[in-house]
Amino acid sequence: MPADVKPEAMPDTVKTAAPEIPKGVWRRLLERKLAVFALALVGVIVGAAVFAPFVAPFDPAEQFFEGLTLEGAPLPPGETFWLGTDLLGRDLLSRLIYGAQTSLIIGVVANGIAVAVGAFVGILAGFFRGWVETVLMRFTDLMMAFPALLLAITLAALFRPSLWIVAMVIAMVNWVQMARVVYTETRSLSEREFILAERAMGAGLFRILFRHILPHLLSTIVVFGTLGISTTVLLEATLSYLGIGVQPPTPSWGNIIYENQTYFTSAPWLVFFPGIAIIALALGFNLLGDALREVLDPTQKGRH
Amino acid sequence: MKKTVLAGAAALLAATALTSASALADDIKQGGSMIVTYKDDVSTLDPAIGYDWQNWSMIKSLFDGLMDYEPGTTNLMTDLAEDYTISDDGTVFTFKLREGVKFHNGREMTAEDVKYSLDRVTNPATQSPGAGFFGSIKGFDAVAAGDATSLEGVTVVDPYTVKIELSRPDATFLHVMAINFSSIVPKEAVEEFGADFGKHPVGTGAFSLEEWTLGQRLVFKRNEDYWRAGVPKLDEITFEVGQEPVVALLRLQRGEADIPGDGIPPAKFLEVTKDPQYKDLIIEGGQLHTGYVTMNVKMPPFDKLEVRKAVNMAINKDRVVRIINGRAVPANQPLPPTMPGYDNEYTGYAYDPEAAKALLAEAGLADGFETELYVYNTDPNPRIAQSIQADLAEIGIKAEIKALAQANVIAAGGEPDQAPMIWSGGMAWIADFPDPSNFYGPILGCAGAVKGGWNWSWYCNEELDKQATAADSITDPAKKAEREEAWRKIFISVMDDAAWAPVFHEQRFTMRSERLGGPDAIFVDPVHIPVNYDYVWAKDVQ
Amino acid sequence: MGGYILRRVFQSVLILIGITFLTFVLLYLIPADPARQIAGRSATAQTVENIREQLGLNLPFYQQYFRYLTGLLQGDLGRSYLQKTEVGALIWSRLPATLLLMVGAIVCELAIGLTMGLVAALRRNTATDTSLMVLSFVGVSSPQFVIGILLLYVFSVQLGWFPIGGYGTFMHMVLPSLTLGFLGAGWYSRMMRSSMIDVLRQDFIRTARAKGLKRWQVLFGHALPNALLPIIAMIGIDIGLFMSGIVVVESVFGWPGIGQLAWQAIQRVDIPIIMGVTLVSAFAIVLGNFLADLIAPLIDPRIKLR
Repeated sequence: MPADVKPEAMPDTVKTAAPEIPKGVWRRLLERKLAVFALALVGVIVGAAVFAPFVAPFDPAEQFFEGLTLEGAPLPPGETFWLGTDLLGRDLLSRLIYGAQTSLIIGVVANGIAVAVGAFVGILAGFFRGWVETVLMRFTDLMMAFPALLLAITLAALFRPSLWIVAMVIAMVNWVQMARVVYTETRSLSEREFILAERAMGAGLFRILFRHILPHLLSTIVVFGTLGISTTVLLEATLSYLGIGVQPPTPSWGNIIYENQTYFTSAPWLVFFPGIAIIALALGFNLLGDALREVLDPTQKGRH
Repeated sequence: MKKTVLAGAAALLAATALTSASALADDIKQGGSMIVTYKDDVSTLDPAIGYDWQNWSMIKSLFDGLMDYEPGTTNLMTDLAEDYTISDDGTVFTFKLREGVKFHNGREMTAEDVKYSLDRVTNPATQSPGAGFFGSIKGFDAVAAGDATSLEGVTVVDPYTVKIELSRPDATFLHVMAINFSSIVPKEAVEEFGADFGKHPVGTGAFSLEEWTLGQRLVFKRNEDYWRAGVPKLDEITFEVGQEPVVALLRLQRGEADIPGDGIPPAKFLEVTKDPQYKDLIIEGGQLHTGYVTMNVKMPPFDKLEVRKAVNMAINKDRVVRIINGRAVPANQPLPPTMPGYDNEYTGYAYDPEAAKALLAEAGLADGFETELYVYNTDPNPRIAQSIQADLAEIGIKAEIKALAQANVIAAGGEPDQAPMIWSGGMAWIADFPDPSNFYGPILGCAGAVKGGWNWSWYCNEELDKQATAADSITDPAKKAEREEAWRKIFISVMDDAAWAPVFHEQRFTMRSERLGGPDAIFVDPVHIPVNYDYVWAKDVQ
Repeated sequence: MGGYILRRVFQSVLILIGITFLTFVLLYLIPADPARQIAGRSATAQTVENIREQLGLNLPFYQQYFRYLTGLLQGDLGRSYLQKTEVGALIWSRLPATLLLMVGAIVCELAIGLTMGLVAALRRNTATDTSLMVLSFVGVSSPQFVIGILLLYVFSVQLGWFPIGGYGTFMHMVLPSLTLGFLGAGWYSRMMRSSMIDVLRQDFIRTARAKGLKRWQVLFGHALPNALLPIIAMIGIDIGLFMSGIVVVESVFGWPGIGQLAWQAIQRVDIPIIMGVTLVSAFAIVLGNFLADLIAPLIDPRIKLR
């Protein structure tokens, strides 16, 4: 970076108290139209998952005789089956609604754990340096190089497949990306002068972490975390194919896509609608995360 | 022991002449090439080892054996053997070899090569998956145990005569002489390349390997010194591997490929078969195939006959066929319709969920039970499994589906206490050769009901095993009908015991580009699976 | 610096050995018996047992692992169970294709992703920003198989601009790179946008502007280099993300790389190939991370390598 331009110290933040959640966050959040939209989107999806048995028009596992043409081709969206049927004559809409349950657990819970663990590891490694850094980051390297697909096959052969196993595998495997990125940024941040100044002044390490480093990392965490929703949902499909995770006929958005991707020239709705669902979920959380970050971040000067 | 020339051999010879003549009309010109695509890589072209979908017919084009089949049919004919005689008791086969047959390296083939090849395939060091087929040859046990390196029963009488003695009469022996594992290989080439012989095959076949770019393509060139006149018609065949079936079909539609080796993928099936443009180019053929559900008789409650019968009655086979777009015919017995021994009159267990429920109640399971259904995870098998799952749920059986990679399903099936039910799709039995015994031994016989075996029902009926051995001892061709009857009875007994629930016999569908010629049957050859390359010709050269 | 490199190399070797061990354990635990796979369905129990002996599968775990490791140190990756070819030869013949594809994909990702991210950051909170955001999510959420077939169908089959899959020329490379890169472009664009916004907010930018530097000078001279830091970290991660992507992309486009090899091997539990491919990809990942860590201080001189 050019020597004559350096980031300034931010002296004013040193003296203020630890940030409290500013009053009226909720209200400020709701003022943003995009945030409301995002909230609604996520709410609909969560609602569909929770109230699936009441909301879904049909049983997701029921194979309707009328659900297929005489030659066995699936039906496009129409009157009876609003989003069409799949290759076994099952209603796609109902399967998407029930599928929200699985996909939420994967995309939000499993991914959330991965994000949290990854960020934690990355911050620790980047901030404390030394042997902490070496051990953590080499461990991260190891986990990154680890053959996840192979793990899936082995687990599939040894255990009863279940949603929790695949969630665990995904969490175990996905935290590494977050860790690397957070680590690199933390390294850079912790060398900045205001941080060095703080440390010189003897400010508590954790205080520095929370008040100065973390806020700058939030945008990265939000971005990675929400993109991770999509990738983990799709990854769950590959892992289910290999035998761990939900087994047929339990639907998940990922496995609906996976099962039907070769058919997408003749039955595009089978890929299109679950794809939209995944995009909606990830986008919703991203918008929400962005809005929350902007509302909570004390360093924002309102200059958007 | 008097050796008599059996009428059969002469008839076969005559038939061979006729077939050769008709398949190779004089006005069909030599020349041209074609492109065949496959998804999976070709693992090896060593005839003693190759046992995959891709390399099966490739090996048949590179190598020859003593016997072969008429193109597009399941009728045996002589190949490298000009003629053969069988002793009265059916245990001694004497083959007279053709003279002047050359290997691709120029050397003439002799009886020594036959002996070498048979010794090689049965030698444990070769790790041949087909060694077991030669079990009836005298001296096999010694070689298999490692006590001998040469089969006692195979003798070189003179450079063009081989005598093979069996330790027991074996009606399938001629079929075994036609299978890939019996292909004749030259000793010096095998020794030169050692373990890499599979990548540098040298045989007597209609084509020779010209080029092999690992992972991309193989090129076969016409063997100009091939002993059979007028064959092959094409100058060159290029095999492109690593081609996704859906993309391969797109390329065919654009004229960039001639045959999709993996057939028409399920995803494109309806689209392509309904398109009038391709009507004449789509070929349908029967396979020696049955798709079935195995029930492990060692795992309760499948040890109860009523339960197994109930499962047979619960499956809606018409719906399954509909789900795969009509690419199969429902099955009611283990043998496929084109297999000798098939019972045309047998009706099997009709679809009757009510009767199935009644049977379950009889067995004391009126409330149903929980179980697992293993399935291979490639399309369309999970779908078929889900259809069966729904059928079973109708009668109260809650089956959890375990869709796994091929190796894991095979491993589970090979254990006596792991897989209560397996849908065989994807590994469904396609006969190695067109004989009913091939449908019994490894998958329904006691010999297969061992750890690591393929009899996933763990069904072992000693009485039937005895009947099977007896049936295979009927070697006299005049008694063919008697043998078929014996086998028919055996399979009906298997159905009476309901060890399996046969579901369908899959038809094979493939497409060819317009510029290829040849009788339809060779494109869905039941033995030279999937295509008999030797008899394809190019229209644009005519 | 030299000390740092030496230490990292040493650590990397340890990691690689650790990977071989973990992979070997996993493969050992899979109940699928390679001997049965090789012996096939018509084999006798004796044949299976013979094969087990020959492959050394009856030896205790540690002995098997040790045999593998010693072979490895001599450059011998073993022979594929099912293909009977040397694993080294198989991987070597396919590796260049995969490397080429990865380079192409990285170029596409960076070109598309960074541009999208930059534009989105500069046009923050406008319709352009939102639509680019949606586009990024579409990229990340779309199954690569579908993207591949779609691109093939439109550009190769209908328009005829590119060959339908295959390998060999630059034209063959375009569509597969785009397919593989589309996913990553989504990531890079979001990261770039977020990183750029963060940088632009900082005071030193205002200082630079106040000093009279033109907008584009500030952008490319000061903002961009800082924003690139997390991107560099990501390139190291990319290689890991690619591993799953190349299986699909190579299969759709008939691209003869190690992805195809790996997938087949995994399905059939061909242990030597699985070990070989895992090692190669582990090596690539460790190397990628190492390089990313080395380059970081060049971008941000405050970062010290300790």
